[in-house]
Amino acid sequence: MAADTPVAYIQHHLTNLTYGKLPAGYERADGTVLQEAQWTMAHTAQEAADMGFMAFHVDTLGWSIAMGLLFLGLFRFAAKRVTEGAPGGLQNFVEIMFEFSQGIVRDVFHGRNPIIAPMALTLFVWIFLMNALDLVPVDYIPVLAHAMGLEYFKIVPTTDPNATFGIALGVFILILFYSFKVKGPGGFLKELSFTPFNHWSLVPFNLVLELLGLIIKPISLALRLFGNMYAGEVIFILIALLPLWVQWTLSVPWAIFHILVITLQAFIFTTLTVVYLSAAHEDH
Amino acid sequence: MNINLTLIGQSIAFAIFVWFCVKYVWPPITAAMEARQKKIADGLSAADRASLDLELAQEKAAKEMQKAKEEAAALIDQANKRAAQIVESSKDDARKEGEKLIEQARAEIQQERVQARDALRAEVATLAVAGAEKILETSVDAKAHSEMLEKLAAEL
Repeated sequence: MAADTPVAYIQHHLTNLTYGKLPAGYERADGTVLQEAQWTMAHTAQEAADMGFMAFHVDTLGWSIAMGLLFLGLFRFAAKRVTEGAPGGLQNFVEIMFEFSQGIVRDVFHGRNPIIAPMALTLFVWIFLMNALDLVPVDYIPVLAHAMGLEYFKIVPTTDPNATFGIALGVFILILFYSFKVKGPGGFLKELSFTPFNHWSLVPFNLVLELLGLIIKPISLALRLFGNMYAGEVIFILIALLPLWVQWTLSVPWAIFHILVITLQAFIFTTLTVVYLSAAHEDH
Repeated sequence: MNINLTLIGQSIAFAIFVWFCVKYVWPPITAAMEARQKKIADGLSAADRASLDLELAQEKAAKEMQKAKEEAAALIDQANKRAAQIVESSKDDARKEGEKLIEQARAEIQQERVQARDALRAEVATLAVAGAEKILETSVDAKAHSEMLEKLAAEL
């Protein structure tokens, strides 16, 4: 493993498995120079950074999709065998999640939209599952991946800003979509222009304020989740640097505390999404 | 921590997951949950109704019981009265019958006395005639007469 010093170890654990396009004439880490642009696996963090926007984090995408499929597969399985009578264990669990997400929506969402509750359920369970990967000991998967010839492997998708910003982008598009749909373009523009100060001379000021507020919504969503999970991951990695005999005195309490964090972060992301969408549905 | 196409991929994944959940996961489970809720609500209201019915039935039964008791009491009362009446009237009858019998006996006695007196009178007449004949045949003697008269009287 390319982790001889603590700094290198930490950096290694925080680098994603990246598949991207390197430009022509690029000098690879091993000294070879590319004749033409090429899609390839990054071998170093520098290469991954140089790929720019034209790159995928294979581990993030893979694990997030795997968690999404786990959620949908499990719930679809329960949905197929659902019964009106006394529910079994799986159905019971699924129904608890349903009532939980319905509760969130009932409490904060005042419009009428059949999409919101299932979306809240998807967000909560999906993000929870992705966050829960944080509890897997930090070295298991990277060592396994290394044995399979993969240089980097970061399994927690929510410690990758691409994942959290990607979801927040989806939420942002939904906010815009419903704002336009419910309020109409004119109504939406009017809301942006005449709140919070209802006077024509303050329209530019209002516009700047409201547009900033609008854009801040997805950014705060994404950064909150990312920041919390990233910090948690870094602390796990730091604990892993300690001598073996003392690790458990810190990693066990931190992991137990982290159970709360991963649930709470999934809950906050879901609730705030519903709150934002509720605001998008309010017609003045 | 590079921002790249993963962002777009993640958005697409999110959209697909939400779509799948809305379409295939949410409806059957909520339908089942609502159906169960309705079932439970129906069961509870049926139980409420049943207990209400039970209460009504108990009330009705108590009323019927009360009515039956009252009827029975009235019947017993009536029977007692009737029995007393019968006893009274039969006492009355018996008394009347007795009086009638006494009256009859008296009348019979009276009649017999009258008959006896009549018979006696006839006998006395014959005896008087016989006595007179004897007196006329024999000497009229005061002493003898008196003796005879005494005999006559004794014969009465």
